[in-house]
Amino acid sequence: MSFFDQLNAWLADPNRWSWTDKAGVPYRTLEHLRFSLLALAIAAVLTIPLALWLAHYRRGAFLASSAVNIGRAIPSFGLIILFWFLASRWELDTTFWPLLLALVALAMPPLFTNTYAGVVSLEQETVDAARGTGHREWQIMLRLEFPLASPVILAGARVSFLQLIATVAIGAIVNDGGGLGRYIVDGFALGAQGYGQIFAGGLAAVLLALLCDGAFALITRWATPRGLALQNARR
Amino acid sequence: MHLSAVTPLAADSGPPIFQWKWVDRNADDIVQRLVEHVSLTGVALGAGLLVSIGLALLSLRFRWSYGFILSAAGALYVIPSLGAFAVLVPFFGLSFVSAVIPLATYTLLILVRNIVTGVDQVPNEVREAAIGMGYTRGRLLWQIELPLALPVVIAGLRVAAVTTIGLVTVTSMLGLGGLGYFIRHGIQTATPNPTEIIVGVGLSVVLAVVVDLLLWLSERVLAPWTRKAR
Repeated sequence: MSFFDQLNAWLADPNRWSWTDKAGVPYRTLEHLRFSLLALAIAAVLTIPLALWLAHYRRGAFLASSAVNIGRAIPSFGLIILFWFLASRWELDTTFWPLLLALVALAMPPLFTNTYAGVVSLEQETVDAARGTGHREWQIMLRLEFPLASPVILAGARVSFLQLIATVAIGAIVNDGGGLGRYIVDGFALGAQGYGQIFAGGLAAVLLALLCDGAFALITRWATPRGLALQNARR
Repeated sequence: MHLSAVTPLAADSGPPIFQWKWVDRNADDIVQRLVEHVSLTGVALGAGLLVSIGLALLSLRFRWSYGFILSAAGALYVIPSLGAFAVLVPFFGLSFVSAVIPLATYTLLILVRNIVTGVDQVPNEVREAAIGMGYTRGRLLWQIELPLALPVVIAGLRVAAVTTIGLVTVTSMLGLGGLGYFIRHGIQTATPNPTEIIVGVGLSVVLAVVVDLLLWLSERVLAPWTRKAR
């Protein structure tokens, strides 16, 4: 079968478009998103409060500046397989934990760096003014620094999330579900007969990433505090 | 490209996390995979840099195209690596080309942006002085603006290189070599071999750090004025 025949046959399969069938594109897409969002949420809960606190007291500057560089040097594929090995050694569920741990680890550096940078770049006068009006330190962090840094934090979350989407696809090697990457990895196993499926899976992953990036751009615009948006528009 | 199969460990040797014996036994293979990794990275970076210089020159000459070029490069940058490889496989097969195209594409955003930013931050007085001395537009660009932009360009190259080295491990999915081969092979054997996985991941990280350091050194050699400026 030529590549186009393979692709046609793949697309024509009614199960591909069913919401409930595990081989279906909607099911796999949701699975892909669910895993990425779960990892992003865990990474955000672990990272943002810590970065906020460190940035408020101006500690950990070196960590903030080098985190992203370290994150870039570690290959995501290798990290997944390393965690897979550790999980199999500790007799944990090897289809869930390796991927989740790798995803959380990969999502943290951009979140940390951006939160830190966002808070540190705020003008000291603003913080002093809040202190002068009787705000406590935790109130300054929560009500002033966090909202004002939110566009920068969201930019970090966007970088993280796209990396997560890319990594979930790779994670299909060890993850039973594996989202849209499942098609690609299974297709590779089929050899030349799998080219149609490889292409379809790749295209679906690419489209999902582009859509998510667009969605993030909209969220950033919507979540930017109004005063900040006005200020930016005036510049 | 044919390799002797990786020598497995004796079954009774138990699975300690890291075995130098394995490294010793497969030293030739490790070197060859490392060379493959470096050549894939080198070709991708070289191609990315060439295309980026072209796009940056276009952006500098026609300002209105800069926005388009950056958004297009940004959209390409967002594409998941495995997805990009998968889309190309039907057309180029499990080949070097299918791997290099996405790898080079990922470098465009950072390289184009850094080249244009680098040229933009050249002080206007410098430009005026050169024009006053009779430099043509082309000579101004090649002999004054691009050399002065070098520190910013190299900063971009460092990011691109480190990212590419990490991504090359994924190309083992295409049956290409590189250090990703060990990462993949380490779990495919009957008893998973942690040494192999650690060698693959560890060497990839070490390679990234070394290349980053070399580029940083090359900046100090090629652009010595950045040192004196402090």
